[in-house]
Amino acid sequence: MAEIGHYALILALAVAIAQGVLPVLGYWRGDQRLLGIGVSGAQTQFALVVLAYAALSLAFVDNDFSLTYVASNSHSQLPLIYRLSAVWGAHEGSLLMWLLMLTGWGFAVSLSSRRLPPDIAALVLATMGAISVGFLLFMLATSNPFERQFPVPAEGRDLNPLLQDPGLIIHPPMLYMGYVGFSVAFSFAMAALITGKLDLAWARWTRPWTTTAWLFLTMGITLGSWWAYNELGWGGWWFWDPVENASFMPWLVGTALIHSLAVTEKRGVLKSWTVLLAILAFALSLLGTFLVRSGVLVSVHAFATDPARGVFILAFLTIVLGAALLLYAWRAPRLVSDGAVQLVSREGLLLLNNVFLVAAAAAVLIGTLYPLVIDALGLGKISVGPPYFNAIFLPLMVPLAVLVGLSARIGWKRAKLGEALWSLRWVALTTLIAAVLLPYVLERSFAWLAIAGTALSVWLMIGALLDVTHRVRSRRDRWQGLRSIPAATWGMTLAHFGLGVWTLGVTYAGLFSVEKDVRLGPGQSAEIGAYTFTFQGTEHREGANYQSDLGTVFVERSGQPIATLNPEKRLYPSQRSVMTESAVDHNPRRDLYVALGEPIGDADWALRLYYKPFMRMVWFGGVLMFFGGILAASDRRYRLERSALNAPVTSAQTAAT
Amino acid sequence: MLRFAIPVVVLLGLLALLGIGLRLDPREVPSPLIGKMAPAFDLPNLDGSARITPLDLQGRPVLVNFFASWCAGCQVEHPVLMKLAREYGVEIVGIDYKDTREAAEQWLARHGNPYRIIVADALGQAGLDWGVYGVPETFVLSADGRVVYKQIGPMTDAAWRDKIAPLLAQGSASR
Repeated sequence: MAEIGHYALILALAVAIAQGVLPVLGYWRGDQRLLGIGVSGAQTQFALVVLAYAALSLAFVDNDFSLTYVASNSHSQLPLIYRLSAVWGAHEGSLLMWLLMLTGWGFAVSLSSRRLPPDIAALVLATMGAISVGFLLFMLATSNPFERQFPVPAEGRDLNPLLQDPGLIIHPPMLYMGYVGFSVAFSFAMAALITGKLDLAWARWTRPWTTTAWLFLTMGITLGSWWAYNELGWGGWWFWDPVENASFMPWLVGTALIHSLAVTEKRGVLKSWTVLLAILAFALSLLGTFLVRSGVLVSVHAFATDPARGVFILAFLTIVLGAALLLYAWRAPRLVSDGAVQLVSREGLLLLNNVFLVAAAAAVLIGTLYPLVIDALGLGKISVGPPYFNAIFLPLMVPLAVLVGLSARIGWKRAKLGEALWSLRWVALTTLIAAVLLPYVLERSFAWLAIAGTALSVWLMIGALLDVTHRVRSRRDRWQGLRSIPAATWGMTLAHFGLGVWTLGVTYAGLFSVEKDVRLGPGQSAEIGAYTFTFQGTEHREGANYQSDLGTVFVERSGQPIATLNPEKRLYPSQRSVMTESAVDHNPRRDLYVALGEPIGDADWALRLYYKPFMRMVWFGGVLMFFGGILAASDRRYRLERSALNAPVTSAQTAAT
Repeated sequence: MLRFAIPVVVLLGLLALLGIGLRLDPREVPSPLIGKMAPAFDLPNLDGSARITPLDLQGRPVLVNFFASWCAGCQVEHPVLMKLAREYGVEIVGIDYKDTREAAEQWLARHGNPYRIIVADALGQAGLDWGVYGVPETFVLSADGRVVYKQIGPMTDAAWRDKIAPLLAQGSASR
């Protein structure tokens, strides 16, 4: 069965080469039949990769330890669900998943290609085919998951226990969907550069694909953060680790791209900038892959690394990005904007938003690569930690938050700043009052950082709603007004509101968290604020493929019982590794978090206790952005047939950003 | 329209950097101590019955291993250290870094004790002087008390075989 998977990959490579080359030839010669190979190629290639993926999954289900990859990452005692998710548990399989998603996106584009002109569709699919040639070669040459080994081991080495967690089942696929999804925007950008056509229709084709990739990336990052919090037992939710940064940089640039596409669609300006962002978003996705898998940076996520892989990805980066940016340097000057941008206008503010987002991405990139630069220059080894990132990144987020509220009240083309500001006076006043009161009411604090954070968060949340309220008020029949609001506007509102919720979470969890390391024996207790944590001791448990010490901690608040927490320490004998399963009692207002440290003496344990206000809001904000993305991508106007596309659009349809 | 070529130039710089980065190992942190005498300390042993100074480590090559009961990497390297001590008779001196006596004793009771001498560095002073980034770290000292090698992170079979065993063989030969 494994050989079928291997053959399927080789066939897929042949198909990908045809898909990458022939449509371009067809475009050059004006040959419709060759253009059509884009669509059929994308579909065949997807089917072949699905086959390969199914073959590998089957090998995991059957515990076929003759495959080196299966033997290294599975175990006969591993529960079935984790055997299925173990497929993407390490380098080779996760590349196959990358490829599955890449061809899946290609397949999706090929299905909707009826709505595109044949030459655009063919060039987009050819670009995606070319990208997949690179990944297929990479897999077949350096990272083949179907490699057999002899003698066949009797037992597998088991999946890394860190990855045996429900969060890890969905986190990587979501993240990869996001990373790979930017290849579609990238391919559209290539098509625009080659044909020299970048109009309203192009922006409208590209937007839903970009938004969809972005929403998956958003969810992937959110899940990753939630998993790190639950599973790693460090009590943090973001560590500025190189691998986290690798997913965050494309997200920042992707967010900028979404906004600049809105400007390009509505006003026909910023064309070459939009194209550049589309290239950069995918470039950063590829760079992330390189950083994670080549071992140039130290990270908690490090995949098994191999210099040959690093060289290959570097060569691949050079070819793909070199070609794309050369094409850009050559063709982008032809993408003429249909007008100029005034700073005081919605597009002006969106351009400002882009500047801040890209600057933030650049700051993260510099921080991530800085240790490498210093090392390359022979100046020593250093590591750049959270202090740098927090000091650089957070100030860049402040103007972004301010812009959200402001841009809701500023019109396209040309607007009067004074009028807009005046119309925001009640919002500003409400924000100020809330900002002074909330930190005191919630945490008895007048800290200026808390006030500033609350102000931004409230401003964002109210500002997000302004577009909707304005549209409702401008109609005589309010109900009609509400119903006429397009899905894209609802999506934007939800995503911006989510950003406000996220800001609230970051502010309070960041400023008012309390952390305590204590040594407790059975029956002893420790206090954080009004909460009393009483340790009841631990008992020994046998899990499916692990042994554990299960602790019990009663939590009371002013004498009232609130929760019983069961933090756990697991030993996975097959990998000789110890895992900490923290226990959390949460509600929207606060998290109470207990992690089991080491045993001390006969029955005493080191315990780590946390109180984290509004912790859930950090992820809830991400989830809101995710659903906002879904709403925005589902907007009716993206599904119009080709004939209707270049017809004039009503203001209700386009005004959404 | 040269400005449209800026991205490609930036890319070239970045690719060059990444290319150099590939040849470097981020885990290899050079120690300024290599070739110098082991930094001084005067600390009690784990049960508090004697005081240990670098003079006690001279006269034969030893491994000095910074460990702690709270350190996960130490559990990873522990079987390797046990093997070195038992099968190859290597003398390993443990420095119990920022730890308590009870915790360390319990940890050693559970996992086994590969150490000939254990120094209690409860406050981490010796760790500071020796330039310890994080436990576990292992120093190889020659018979005359000089630092000849530093292993960052868990001791591995490969590091023993390729780096440390040859150094020790040289050390005993020259003596």
